[in-house]
Amino acid sequence: MIETILFYSLGTVLLGSGLLVITRTNPLASAIAMVVAFGALAGVYGLLSAGLLAVLQVLVYAGGIMVLMVFVIMLLDLRAKDLESMKGKWTTALLCLLGCLGVAGTPFWMGALSGLPSAKPALKEGFGGLASLGETIFASHLFPFEMLSMLLLAAVVGALVLSKKKL
Amino acid sequence: MEYLAPVTTTHYLALSALLFAVGTAGVLSRRNLFVSLMSLELMLNAVNLTLAVFSRANGDETGQVLALFVVAVAAAEACVGLAIVIALYRLKESVDLDLFRSLKG
Repeated sequence: MIETILFYSLGTVLLGSGLLVITRTNPLASAIAMVVAFGALAGVYGLLSAGLLAVLQVLVYAGGIMVLMVFVIMLLDLRAKDLESMKGKWTTALLCLLGCLGVAGTPFWMGALSGLPSAKPALKEGFGGLASLGETIFASHLFPFEMLSMLLLAAVVGALVLSKKKL
Repeated sequence: MEYLAPVTTTHYLALSALLFAVGTAGVLSRRNLFVSLMSLELMLNAVNLTLAVFSRANGDETGQVLALFVVAVAAAEACVGLAIVIALYRLKESVDLDLFRSLKG
């Protein structure tokens, strides 16, 4: 009951702000809508008993990635004239949206998901929490985790090199 | 209260598919580089939602671990992507995707 109400309200906020992201002319307005979408998505993660994922969604996405994005948008300081010229046609956007909905909905209208069990399994104590997820990562996914640190290091160095004025 | 039927796995998957469609439409229809990047993030988030949904439906945490990895890769992608945006802006004084056609065959 409460899950249903929360699901529909969070889903509405999520999709509404998602639509705002792709329709606003000013990228700063898109970025603000994006932060709202990330907040709503963190709520949905909470409904799915993925507590750590919800917290990291807010910390990393809304707190880290979007701040970087807003920072760069403000750094480049685009003029309203340039933004107007980059406005797409809304008919194109609508056609794209309908086409993507058709493709993304394929498993639904083909009925491929009818075999999914409707009852949710009972979860162990602390499912999706820090201790439980940490155990899963460090017990069975240690190598990809370490590779991730290499990737982040390479990304930081790459970003520095790319944004230098003279190489 | 038949209008408030309990949400199933399919409901969550439908939400994720809708979000992915919105993100794809943004990437395809917008010419502003920033909005395209943000729509890309929306698509990544839709995939993350699917991972979390199946993790819940199977009672297995591996899906959430993969979602966390995706978040880290998205952070790296945003960092390099924005550096490329700055480099392109220095080159053309604009973030209009239609101007960056020199790689087009």
